Amino acid sequence: MSYGPKIIDHYENPRNVGNFGTQADVKTRKDVGVGLVGAPECGDVMQLQIKVDQASGKIEDAKFKCFGCGSAIASSSLATEWLKGKTLDEGLAIKNTQIVEELSLPPVKIHCSVLAEDAIRAAIADYKAKNGLPADADHAKAH
Amino acid sequence: MALKFPIYLDHAATTPCDPRVVEAMLPYFTEKFGNPGSRNHSFGWDAEAAVDAAREQVAAVLGATDKEIIFTSGATESNNLALRGAAMMYEKSPAGSGKCRGHIITSAIEHKAVLDPCKRLQKEGFEVTFLDPPADGIINADMVKAALRDDTILVSLMWANNEIGTINDIPAIGAMLKASGREIIFHTDATQWAAKMPTNVEKDGVDLLSMSGHKIYGPKGVGALYIRRRRPRVRLTSLVDGGGQERGFRSGTLNVTGIVGLGKACEIARSEMDRDTARLAKMRKRLEDSITAQLDSTQVNGHREKRLPHIANISFGFVEGESLMMACKEIACSSGSACTSASLEPSYVLKGLGVGDELAHSSLRLSLGRWTTDEQIDYAIDKIVTAVKKLRLLSPLYDMHKEGIDLSKVEWSGH
Repeated sequence: MSYGPKIIDHYENPRNVGNFGTQADVKTRKDVGVGLVGAPECGDVMQLQIKVDQASGKIEDAKFKCFGCGSAIASSSLATEWLKGKTLDEGLAIKNTQIVEELSLPPVKIHCSVLAEDAIRAAIADYKAKNGLPADADHAKAH
Repeated sequence: MALKFPIYLDHAATTPCDPRVVEAMLPYFTEKFGNPGSRNHSFGWDAEAAVDAAREQVAAVLGATDKEIIFTSGATESNNLALRGAAMMYEKSPAGSGKCRGHIITSAIEHKAVLDPCKRLQKEGFEVTFLDPPADGIINADMVKAALRDDTILVSLMWANNEIGTINDIPAIGAMLKASGREIIFHTDATQWAAKMPTNVEKDGVDLLSMSGHKIYGPKGVGALYIRRRRPRVRLTSLVDGGGQERGFRSGTLNVTGIVGLGKACEIARSEMDRDTARLAKMRKRLEDSITAQLDSTQVNGHREKRLPHIANISFGFVEGESLMMACKEIACSSGSACTSASLEPSYVLKGLGVGDELAHSSLRLSLGRWTTDEQIDYAIDKIVTAVKKLRLLSPLYDMHKEGIDLSKVEWSGH
């Protein structure tokens, strides 16, 4: 697989790697939303965590971890960059096609961008559920 | 000496030609270009003499006689000729009779060049037993004996496995089959074994043996098939008909340059085998010990002792295959995951050994060769350890493992 420079850059220098605590910790944190998508047997698991400033409702920080190929790592790394400073609605507006375009993902790697979009939605849905906010009607059914 | 990149650690895939082999081949491209089938002039005689000499060199490394060696285009052709040729010759009932044409025993972790001909024979009316190896990868005589039937005509088992390097107990299987007193042809795909490890087809009870030139520092496009001439005299139905070369087993003008190269590679192997083996085993041990000492959740696949000295197959938990290959791009090696990854085919060999039962492993096959240096091994150790550590820092699965979460109990969303 030969990748473009942006994928290589994210793969070699992934942004915002980490989490806001152990799995048990983040489960109880109301200011943190967690999205864990994919499956080990499929070769991709993405974990995306967002930390929301309760006052402004904006995503103040985002962290990721990814078990997957270079494209999956780059897609989730890029997602954290884009999420920071966005409102939840703005976050939900991020589309996998934008990730494909930004990273120049090859056709066989489109699913990595889909997974990143899924992770964003799952993290925001988790935050909303924890805080009693109505789930986004369009997306609640999908995941 | 400064290291040159990428470092080649994929000698089980193919080897560079030994310069001594290339030198031996060169005259047969130009001034000695004759066809060994030409009986009327010195061009033909020279070529024939060269082929005869090569046949003796190949026979010597196998403990065979020169009349028992025929040349092919490689181990894939040798395997096809051995399996199909023997099945057709020794069938119990003819095609179309509706009865089982004969029973064949092989294993589930053979190379595709054995599995696929067996599957085709299955479609054509033969019955095939694919033995499942235990977790250590070794097929022994008891397993074969238990699978024997009254209508078994052929047993085909690789001498050493190409992915994990494990060595089947070929001499014991050969002895068991001979002791059974029945006419069962015993073929071994010795592509990874022959001219690397001591072989004596007479003592080892092998009837048919496939080998390749390019795995043993010879050229690509040439191989050999050993066909036993005495006790029993093995007969085969040919696959390629024509001019009747190679005693009718394989028609077609002989690949003289390739054959000369294969012969020379066998001659070199005979004199340098012991030294190569000792050196490679020492280097391989250092590679494996050093990597497993520095990384947890890492395992060496296959039986620890009954393995070829130059192949290491190591699985790393919680790391995905393609990203591992990317991180180790200065090392030319082979990968195999036990799980289905979007970009990497799962390895049926590792799956067959149950390596995939634990979730999310990736494996590297590192295979050493005649010119692999200690410096290259040092570099590979460092690079692989660094890469796995880096990817584990990124891996949510490694975090979960560290937190004591059983990954098999997590409800994954999948795709």
